[in-house]
Amino acid sequence: MPEIVIRKILIMVEEIFHEGGPVTGHSLKRGVALAVIENPFAGHYVEEIQGFMEDLKPLGLQMATDLIQALGGDPSAVEGYGKGAIVGADGEIEHGALWHVPGGYAMREALGGTKAIVPSTKKVGGPGARLDVPVTHINASYVRSHFDAVEVGLADAPKADEMVLVLVMTTGPRIHARVGGLKASEIKGEDGLR
Amino acid sequence: MKAKIRKIVTLVEETCREMDREVSPPVRRAAAVAVIANPCAGRFVEDLSELVDIGEELGAILSERAVAALGIPGARVESYGKAAAVGENGELEHAAAILHPKLGAPFRKTLGKGAALIPSSKKRGSLGVALDIPLGHKDAAYVRSHFDGMEVRVNDAPRADEILVAVAVTDAGRPFPRIGGLTKDQIKGEDGLR
Repeated sequence: MPEIVIRKILIMVEEIFHEGGPVTGHSLKRGVALAVIENPFAGHYVEEIQGFMEDLKPLGLQMATDLIQALGGDPSAVEGYGKGAIVGADGEIEHGALWHVPGGYAMREALGGTKAIVPSTKKVGGPGARLDVPVTHINASYVRSHFDAVEVGLADAPKADEMVLVLVMTTGPRIHARVGGLKASEIKGEDGLR
Repeated sequence: MKAKIRKIVTLVEETCREMDREVSPPVRRAAAVAVIANPCAGRFVEDLSELVDIGEELGAILSERAVAALGIPGARVESYGKAAAVGENGELEHAAAILHPKLGAPFRKTLGKGAALIPSSKKRGSLGVALDIPLGHKDAAYVRSHFDGMEVRVNDAPRADEILVAVAVTDAGRPFPRIGGLTKDQIKGEDGLR
């Protein structure tokens, strides 16, 4: 299968102190890692594409490791995650789906094993397209305080023959979480859901 | 602290390829963006000294974060820039008060020096507005290879009573500069221009 050709990497961390409510001295960090790569399948229909998932694993792992570093370096500080992809105009949505396995694998590996499914989204779009990447708790999808989303995008990507691959990690609940539901402290940790 | 900071966003962009050519070493650009309350929003305030002081404070905080994200000593930063976007209840003059009188000195302190004017831009805008931070060489404004710009945006800011304040630093100019003009090895460093 083709090698991974990276044009650009973006690492971004948001540190949120409040959103109009009480300032507690505790902040929430939300970090994203984006890789802009060539889409080896752009421009024509290719039937066999699955091998590319394996090829993407080292890149995924590198992104996850760099993202943890940008969040302070401690994997145990990460409580929420999500992933996504934006496929340029000469590709198809199925190419974005290739990110499901390596993106999820990378974060589980770098975070030392997590139980919940990694929520995801994807789209086909042009340079500047924005993607709202969903975020949920790493060990129990139903933890209500950790339902979140982070908007990502790059002014100059993806070009028609590129893909933008995205990983997101957060260090805690929404800054003023107060709508009840399952709490992180109540996680049973058996099924990845509760 | 004088500034009421709601969040700080830090990002690093690494460009590895351009038009199928490897950029070696990759060009790295970092920005740090603060979302702050605008103490002068909603009314005409004659004396903007509160914003001037906030600018001084943010000059230190943001430049330190951006340089740390870039991962090099401040003295190795090659180009820089600053920008602000005021929410709809603010005035362009509020952005000017933050950016121009006092932000530069602590910014230059983080870098060791910086003889050139710090290029800047400002605008009024709504949540998610794109802010294009102009970039220029920190020691000689006429270095043509380092004329550049970096787009940043924060999807939930600025709210009507907020201001987005950004600084950017780089470790190089554009990926493949080839339009002539003053080059960085020709810098005399006497007047901040050449």
